[in-house]
Amino acid sequence: MTTTAIGGEQVGADAQAAHSTWAPTRRRHREAGRGPAWTIGALAIMAYALFPVAWIASLSLKGEGDIADGKLIPTKPTLDNYRTLFDSGEFVRPLINSIGISLITTVLAVVIASFAAYAIARLDFPGKSLLLTGALAIAMFPPVSIIGPLFNIWRSTGLYDTWPGLILPFLTFALPLAIWTLAAFFREIPFDLEQAAQVDGATPFQAFRKVILPLALPGVFTSAIIVFIFCWNDFLFSISLTSTDEARTVPAATAFFTASSNFINPTGQIAAAAIIVTVPIIIMVLVFQRRIVAGLTAGAVKG
Amino acid sequence: MATTQTPPATGSVKAGGKHSGGSGGGRFQTDRAKAERKLGLKLAAPAAIVMLAVTAYPIGYALYLSLFRYDLRTPDQNAFVGFDNYALILTSSVWWQAVLSTTVITVVSVALELVLGLALALVMHRALSLRRSVRVAILVPYGIITVISAYAFAFAVAPDTGFIGDGDPLGSRLGGWAVIILTEVWKTTPFMSLLLLAGLASVDESLQEAAKVDGATATQRLFRVTLPNMKGAILVALLFRALDAFRIFDTVYVQTAGAFETQTISGLGYNALITRVNLGLGSAISILLFLFIILIAFIFVKGFKTNLGTVKGEG
Amino acid sequence: MAAITMRGVTKRYPDGTEAVKAVDLDIADGEFVILVGPSGCGKSTLLRMIVGLEDISDGEMRIGDELVNDRAPKDRDLAMVFQNYALYPHLSVRENIAFPLRIAKVPDAEITKRVEEAAKVLELTENLDRKPANLSGGQRQRVAMGRAIVRDPKAFLFDEPLSNLDAKLRVQMRTEIARIQRKYGTTTVYVTHDQTEAMTLGDRVAVLRKGVVQQVDSPRNLYNDPANLFVAGFIGSPSMNLLPGVLRGSTLELPFGSVELPAARVPQGGGAERQVIAGIRPEHFEDASIVGDDDRGHGSTFRSRVEVIEWMGSELYAYLPYSVGGGSVGAKLDELAADLDLEQTSGDDSQIVARFDAASRVSEGGDAEVWVDVRRVHLFDPDTGETLTPRETAGSRDHAPGAVQD
Repeated sequence: MTTTAIGGEQVGADAQAAHSTWAPTRRRHREAGRGPAWTIGALAIMAYALFPVAWIASLSLKGEGDIADGKLIPTKPTLDNYRTLFDSGEFVRPLINSIGISLITTVLAVVIASFAAYAIARLDFPGKSLLLTGALAIAMFPPVSIIGPLFNIWRSTGLYDTWPGLILPFLTFALPLAIWTLAAFFREIPFDLEQAAQVDGATPFQAFRKVILPLALPGVFTSAIIVFIFCWNDFLFSISLTSTDEARTVPAATAFFTASSNFINPTGQIAAAAIIVTVPIIIMVLVFQRRIVAGLTAGAVKG
Repeated sequence: MATTQTPPATGSVKAGGKHSGGSGGGRFQTDRAKAERKLGLKLAAPAAIVMLAVTAYPIGYALYLSLFRYDLRTPDQNAFVGFDNYALILTSSVWWQAVLSTTVITVVSVALELVLGLALALVMHRALSLRRSVRVAILVPYGIITVISAYAFAFAVAPDTGFIGDGDPLGSRLGGWAVIILTEVWKTTPFMSLLLLAGLASVDESLQEAAKVDGATATQRLFRVTLPNMKGAILVALLFRALDAFRIFDTVYVQTAGAFETQTISGLGYNALITRVNLGLGSAISILLFLFIILIAFIFVKGFKTNLGTVKGEG
Repeated sequence: MAAITMRGVTKRYPDGTEAVKAVDLDIADGEFVILVGPSGCGKSTLLRMIVGLEDISDGEMRIGDELVNDRAPKDRDLAMVFQNYALYPHLSVRENIAFPLRIAKVPDAEITKRVEEAAKVLELTENLDRKPANLSGGQRQRVAMGRAIVRDPKAFLFDEPLSNLDAKLRVQMRTEIARIQRKYGTTTVYVTHDQTEAMTLGDRVAVLRKGVVQQVDSPRNLYNDPANLFVAGFIGSPSMNLLPGVLRGSTLELPFGSVELPAARVPQGGGAERQVIAGIRPEHFEDASIVGDDDRGHGSTFRSRVEVIEWMGSELYAYLPYSVGGGSVGAKLDELAADLDLEQTSGDDSQIVARFDAASRVSEGGDAEVWVDVRRVHLFDPDTGETLTPRETAGSRDHAPGAVQD
């Protein structure tokens, strides 16, 4: 077969069976799939996915003079936009905010969600289905519905325009995502293993820490990536609950380039900012492609 | 052999013998069951508390605010007004424009995404060439910040920085809708196609072979065998995307800022709440949006008989 | 090491169904006891109640002298081998075996010593640093056993440990388990649905049906003196033939004719005419033409058509058709067949399975003179299913529990 091995992460026969859902099409018998039509289809998909990125990358490399020339390949590539961006003082602080807030939220979300997901997947306790349904409901909840109250409460409690003021709502909307993903990963780990650990003398918590967590690490890591991308993407909370560079993240900050900067045309700077915040994500996607696909579809469709 | 019918256990199960440490008249439980319950509650508590505190409380507060005239610019005029805010909204043409705009964007983009997503999924399912590259490429739109993709498309169609020449599509309602929908479709089709791909992969390959032996053409196999068997995956993907699309905010904010009657419900709510700090009116809009979302979810779950319990993570 | 004592142990689910019903069972220190029965009989549930993975709804479970009903598995000091072995995939063989010791915070030097000892016993020394994924089925089985023996627990519990192995390996590992248990002399409870495993491994075997213990006895006694119809049908392969009959004094009327029972087989207080179910094992039939004169006197002969012959090399099985009257006895037999997962013999036509010596020259479709050993006919009450036959080995046991060193 043509598939690559799963990052050398051999975790035993049982967990390997679980891996089959990570690469659902691997063991399929097929006779077609290599003809020119399929290649053209594949290339078309790649062009579709990458063209807008290419366009914005091209814009970020164009100078003041040729930004409106309508060409994909810049005639005189320049890094002027990037220089202006970092000199303007409007970008560095939001970038730090974005990284800091997203990372903190990710760590918190994954830790809290791991506990909850383990409890959901494995333990019998009252209110379990309520928690699951609640998490699903929040995943569908319109954030606009709570920005008004949060705006009001945050202003009176001093959370407005602070990191915690953004971390809290991010966390709330990241948790359902993380809980569902992690619960799906936990369910794939054979139940017998924890029971064996308990018979071997472990407390339920020791069973979780010494047996389940190590086996669930790939899943935990996947959830972390998905949660990070989710936080990195937020716009609404950031423009609603911040007023200065104190906590404003990059997506919100780019909107204010347009409104408040002295540049005649901020397109070049926005494009440069876009590339800077996009490149790390693309690298992540390149490296962890298989994991992300598994995480996005984990639990969404019964295999 | 005695085959006595055992009566259903009524009430608490009586423990035979001497179990010390019984906590009063409570349900009999062993150490293991007790420890399990306790651990379960402990582990779930932090997540439950955070989620409740940041959604349930504010939504209740929003409901409360929506019954008041509550404008931060005129704090001395705040007063209970009952359902006046709702009446004002439901009789306003701006609201109905936003409902129309949101519905058009949702329906058209989700429909396009389904067709396109299915095509992508089929190619990814079948194509051997460039398999890995395709999968990586497809994740790029997913990974990109929504605001950035909105800018990318706005710049690409703009008269000055774009490549489609003069004329500004974002300067009209239809043009605005088209660009917004295009952006949404580009950004979210990959997610849709991955869900569909997982559904596709779960259809037993031997069904295909059986259909082939039965003389079905490729098209017949797709519509008569494959699609009916991945109905669950399709409905879940549709539900998620429909709910997501109905909440659309970022793209519209960046591309048209709601001009030319392209405003959406979320945008309307944001303007009232944050730009004009009219928390009473804004909260009423928020509550209405919330009701719409519940309605959509309800239609999917009841109308299509989607059992989320069985489809989503084996329950 | 310790004895395990169960008194009225019951598993009741919230909906009122009972998976295990008031089980009384004494397992002596060092004894090897098998829990056997068809699927769904509650044997695994009972095992999991011993180890603490299932709650006990009612009754008392004692390990040694301690009541353990409410005790968590980790505090019961038992070792269990799971059906799928439950090896920790992220740990090497060495660390898998060491796991319970690490949890118990045993010093490293001691762990190394005990793991290597266990590995030697189980012939795993060369595989200590491999991951479970890279082991064969038999090796995984050994690792699971290593994890059990390394702790020197009060008892070993096995939950169908051989069911994932192929037939040949199963026989080999069966001997291995017997060897290990004898070496350590640890109390062992072993669950299986395979009656061959049960008969070959256990000092004593407990047969379960629908959560109720039917009979606890040595394999030999189970075979020779089944306490009821269920045990009779379950133990032995092919199964005992169960036929409707009528008893008058010492004369037993069977579908193929009448036989005269010896005094030792006649129920106490026989006398009056009564309906019975007669049980005759396949090996207690024989082709009459090759029965020696000595035996001939201990049995009756009858003529029967031979419908099918299965030739096994060392023996052959002849299928002899007969007709039954149906009625209440027939219904009882049907119920039993359903219980045992046997092919339904409903309707009036049924067949006897008879085992003949390979020297027999009977032919398929032909008639044969068949001899039946009347000394080995069992009689059961058609209403209760209980045996009516006086116990052959009354009062005696093959060997006392615990005294198994041979």
